[in-house]
Amino acid sequence: MIRVENLEVHLGEFHLRDIRLTIPPNGFFVLMGPTGAGKTVLLEAIAGLIPVAGGTVRINGKDVTAATPEKRGVGIMYQDYALFPHLTVRQNAFFGVRYHGVDRRTSSERFRRLTEELNIGHLLARFPGTLSGGELQRVALARALMVDPAVILLDEPLSALDPVFREDIRLLLKNLHNTTNTTFFMVTHDFAEALSLATQAAIINNGVIEQTGCILDIFQRPCSAFVADFVGMKNIFPAEFNGSLSRVGDITLKLSRPPLSAPRFIAIRPEDIIISNVPPEPAVPNVFRGAVTAVIDQGFSYEIQLELKKMTFRAMIPKGGLIGLGLEMGKPVHFHLREEAIHTF
Amino acid sequence: MSRKEPLFWISLSCGIVVLAFILMPLLEMLTAPSPEMLRETLKDKDVVRSIWLSIYTAASAAGISFLLGTPLAYLLARRNFRGKRLVESIIDLPIVIPHPVVGIAILSVAGRNHWFGQILSELGIRIMGSVTGIIVVLTFVGMPFYINAVKDGFEGISPRLENVARSLGASLGGAFFRITFPLAWRSMLVGLIMCCARAISEFGAVVIVAYHPMIAPVMIYERFEGYGLKYSQPVAVWLILVCLALFLVLRILALPRKKEA
Repeated sequence: MIRVENLEVHLGEFHLRDIRLTIPPNGFFVLMGPTGAGKTVLLEAIAGLIPVAGGTVRINGKDVTAATPEKRGVGIMYQDYALFPHLTVRQNAFFGVRYHGVDRRTSSERFRRLTEELNIGHLLARFPGTLSGGELQRVALARALMVDPAVILLDEPLSALDPVFREDIRLLLKNLHNTTNTTFFMVTHDFAEALSLATQAAIINNGVIEQTGCILDIFQRPCSAFVADFVGMKNIFPAEFNGSLSRVGDITLKLSRPPLSAPRFIAIRPEDIIISNVPPEPAVPNVFRGAVTAVIDQGFSYEIQLELKKMTFRAMIPKGGLIGLGLEMGKPVHFHLREEAIHTF
Repeated sequence: MSRKEPLFWISLSCGIVVLAFILMPLLEMLTAPSPEMLRETLKDKDVVRSIWLSIYTAASAAGISFLLGTPLAYLLARRNFRGKRLVESIIDLPIVIPHPVVGIAILSVAGRNHWFGQILSELGIRIMGSVTGIIVVLTFVGMPFYINAVKDGFEGISPRLENVARSLGASLGGAFFRITFPLAWRSMLVGLIMCCARAISEFGAVVIVAYHPMIAPVMIYERFEGYGLKYSQPVAVWLILVCLALFLVLRILALPRKKEA
């Protein structure tokens, strides 16, 4: 497990401030944030590769804040994999074994298992310069896992891969996580990746952890405008609240329950806005009639912008939905904001 | 660059002029002495001794630069600290100081009037007119070339490789010797060649610190002064040939191998 308390790092103009994270043993944790938020810096601070100005880092209960990187049991895998170019795949994989007092049988057994799981058996005599991105990735994983680290830090492991490989490696990471005792800590940009792999997550921005907790909570109940925007909650509006009603601009929305604290905003994920041509039953609350003002191609889906009383709502529909609904610019449609999907903060 | 453009022809003409400028005097000198004279010169024990001394002292200077310069180059490549620019400028100083001034500067520290010179003389180390003195001078002028080449080499190796090695359990020293050193050896070799080349060509500073024992450039100068151009040429040819052969071997060693490319 990893426990980071009040961690402070100062690197020139950049600062990590008051970082607190707890990752349970054998957990799978993802760290998300925009470019330059300090994700790699945080990884390197946990690995002991950059000096920290304050706070503590505990690995499996042991305070390692002052320990050198080699004494922490923390493996790190960079985005560019950083394989040793002058060593073969086998030599890369075995690099760390000699430092861990593992007997030959255990290490060769582990090596056999990893080469099999990672499918790198045919690459062992090759040099990294001759490998493809996916192969480099798998070799780097094997090298890191050969020393059976307590924690492995993965810095955007999938970002440099083709989408096809990405799916493979994602499954592989899940498998490896299940078959080892190692705690996985991964930096990613990709929400699908985060949701499919992680149990817990944190959002970092500008050197500060904005939110941390269960991954679903972060996506469904962001605690700040930044997190909401970052995780794709595109519909964020300032609101006034009165019991389980909220007043947003000129419209009133019904909430599933009165908010507990004193929120100032409401947010709705684009995929939670349901568009239809015919009005739903009159008893259903939060149904509005607005006009389509933009249809934006997003690859696998369309973003539909709807205007209602000078407010723009962004909905998302699958590709087929556009034809099914016959949506076009200026067309008036009904849209439904489900009570449970309206989030307050 | 197309052949139709005037710039192409300007570049080509300039290139020919530059090559001719470098090669003409060298070729003339290499071909001037007859094979007979070259053979005769090689029988002259003083000549052989001076060439050997040149190579030996230059190699020692390179060796000392390697031992003292490598850790410094590593530090400069990996750490940013206040005054780093100043340190780098100090290292470059020997490149810009006129050669005789280097000799005078070294003598002024190594002389009996200076406390450092007194310590040296008490230890029985003589700088003036000794092989030690020559090595000191050559190290002084050659070291910057070594340090700069190796620093560039270290900078070209991602610190992430060392970071990963550390995270796999290697100590700082382990990471250096198993990762950085094997990856940087080629730039070290280039640095050694640069340092040697600079050292072997040094004349101005050596002639002030140690006229005797005679290194090859000093001997060539003496032959030229005493007997004229004709007698200095064969020694010069042998020096050039020996140096070329040595550097060629080192260069071939420094070529990147295919499998690591």
